[in-house]
Amino acid sequence: MAKILRANEMSKCLGCFACMQFCACVNKKNHSLQKSAIRIKAPGGISDRFVAVVCQGCSEPPCAEVCPSNALTPRKGGGVNQDPKKCIGCRRCENACMGHAITYDMEEHKPIICDHCGICANFCPHGCLNMQEVPD
Amino acid sequence: MIYKDYIRVLNVDMASERIYIDERQDLMPYLGGVGVAAKLLEENMRADLPPLAPEQPIVFAIGAMETVYPVITKVVAMFISPLTGELGESYAGGRMGMTMFQAGFDAIVITGRAVRPTYLAITDTDVVFRDSRVFWGTGSGEVGRHIREYEQDQGSKLSIIRIGEAGENLVRFACVSVDRYRHFGRLGLGAVFGSKQLKAISLDGNRSMPIQNYAPYFKVMRELYKKATESGLMSKYHDLGTPVNVEPLSAIGALPTLNLQSGTYEHADKISGEEFASAHLVRKLACVGCPVGCIHIGSYRRTFAEHGYEYESVEVGYDYELIFSLGSYLGIDNTRDVLELIEEVEVCGMDAMSTGVALGWATEALEKGLVGLDDTLVDLKFGQSQAYRKAVRYMSGAENEFYRNLGYGVKHASSVYGGEDFAMHIAGNEMAGYHTGYAAIAGAAVGARHSHLCNGGYSIDQGLKDPDIDIDDMANAILEEEVERNLYNSLIMCLFARKIYDRDTVIRALSAIGQELTDEDLSAITKRIYATKLRIKKALNFDLSEVRLPKRFFETPSMHGKLDEARTYEIIERYKEMIAEMEAFT
Repeated sequence: MAKILRANEMSKCLGCFACMQFCACVNKKNHSLQKSAIRIKAPGGISDRFVAVVCQGCSEPPCAEVCPSNALTPRKGGGVNQDPKKCIGCRRCENACMGHAITYDMEEHKPIICDHCGICANFCPHGCLNMQEVPD
Repeated sequence: MIYKDYIRVLNVDMASERIYIDERQDLMPYLGGVGVAAKLLEENMRADLPPLAPEQPIVFAIGAMETVYPVITKVVAMFISPLTGELGESYAGGRMGMTMFQAGFDAIVITGRAVRPTYLAITDTDVVFRDSRVFWGTGSGEVGRHIREYEQDQGSKLSIIRIGEAGENLVRFACVSVDRYRHFGRLGLGAVFGSKQLKAISLDGNRSMPIQNYAPYFKVMRELYKKATESGLMSKYHDLGTPVNVEPLSAIGALPTLNLQSGTYEHADKISGEEFASAHLVRKLACVGCPVGCIHIGSYRRTFAEHGYEYESVEVGYDYELIFSLGSYLGIDNTRDVLELIEEVEVCGMDAMSTGVALGWATEALEKGLVGLDDTLVDLKFGQSQAYRKAVRYMSGAENEFYRNLGYGVKHASSVYGGEDFAMHIAGNEMAGYHTGYAAIAGAAVGARHSHLCNGGYSIDQGLKDPDIDIDDMANAILEEEVERNLYNSLIMCLFARKIYDRDTVIRALSAIGQELTDEDLSAITKRIYATKLRIKKALNFDLSEVRLPKRFFETPSMHGKLDEARTYEIIERYKEMIAEMEAFT
């Protein structure tokens, strides 16, 4: 069974940003939170509720549908696989994602794509992020 | 700067609205944080001018390991304190450290006075001076919302630090609020902001920072994360948080109560950590990079109209120090009233500890007839929270001569009206919430900034089996901790994490981000930083022999019983001898 990331307990979020730090660290080898595929936001500032903006794991991912070069392809269980070598940096995926989960890495000229690796959930200290088993 | 051999300093002149950036290799021997800030303060301060002169600098610095390891979350601010007239040093967490780190500035030095109220918008690509006339007079929460809107922050990670009315009115213990729930609380940084017409600073940064040695870095990072979350060393800070101390401290006679007429509060159980958690706790928050989450938010319901069932829900951050100063110290015996007072102080933007201690003194001064109702405007009485709420406003608004004087701190106010014996300050800084013994009082007196956190004297006291230890040993214990904390504060770790970061861990963590330092190097750095502070204090004419402590410290029994006044001064004198040669260390 495949697993996908679910930000399903966000009311417990402390706003520590460990998920972002570890995602950027492990996946992009970078200290910058900008490199993270998951983003924690509090639209009204810190006194507001935190939300996780991250890949929702669509079974029919619009980002892959608009990708002209097959850099993004549907992943087993939901979401997409990314082949950076095939990416031409057109940024169509960014607009196609209704969840605003894709950001663009201005340095690499590639979108930052969550591959549901589970690092963020692993290092979430308060159980806000969880990996869920889904049928392939 | 991480992976570089220099410290990157942003210099800002408010008067000319010009900036320049320095890359300072010569600051590397100061490591970062308090070391860098102390050196920059020493270079930029004007000992010949008053603390609120336009020329005086505000220095912010992040530490050598800022944000890249767990619980390394703090920013240091250094300045000349308008409260004590000498070394000012204060710490805050929130998002500020992370945003400075990602903006690529290790330190920021702000000098000059703006021609009109201004806020600074700092990012990695620009520094903008924004007209803030419209925000002058707004509370510290309100101005944050406006700035967030103006900077078009999508709620991701903007940090906003700002002052309230008290800072604008130059109340000498006005604070600077950071991201609503954190503060540069002590020693009046808010007044220094006000004196520069600097209402706020917004900070954001998006610099890419590639990890240079991934494998060793991640190994240490993961190990420290596990220590912080699984070892149990920090769970008390997350569970009930610092208010867990209210009842135990009262039980041992160390909880300052009713302007330190007592060390035990008969209603401690009604304002305990458990009581706050069960009646009010609705949320916990963390500074960026801290998986512990010690920030406790309490909620209460308030009516804003007498008729028509008009209510609002108010959320306030609470901690031990606020519960002591605005609770037991003023005889407030219920959690709701304590929260309401905290909220009032928060909106005005004052240091909660100094505010509570000032109100405690004012209450007794009124009771003893040193001041009258025409001074205090409200009948200040222990336990009467509504009168205190009004007094907080009067203080922050500098309502009349009495409140202006009170806004200079209790040392000053008692020099005008009398009552020095129960004006509970140490070298001009209002006391903290620990009447534990000699180390707490002498420690704050000799501490570079007269804070309980300079050397944690209260903790030394609590660790003592025999309170009558040798004066040399006591002075030594204080000095050792005072010097060692310069290491924590140059990294800059939250002091709650000090048990996680022993020397060996710090050496390995620094090595994994490219800083190879030995144990001896670290010792030299701590001494170098302390020497810098001592030189600053000397230049500002501070002399330990001139410190005079209020009599009440020696009348009200501490957790170790009644303290001997002469003995306390002996410890201070002994300490003075010990540090006599230290300022020359380079």
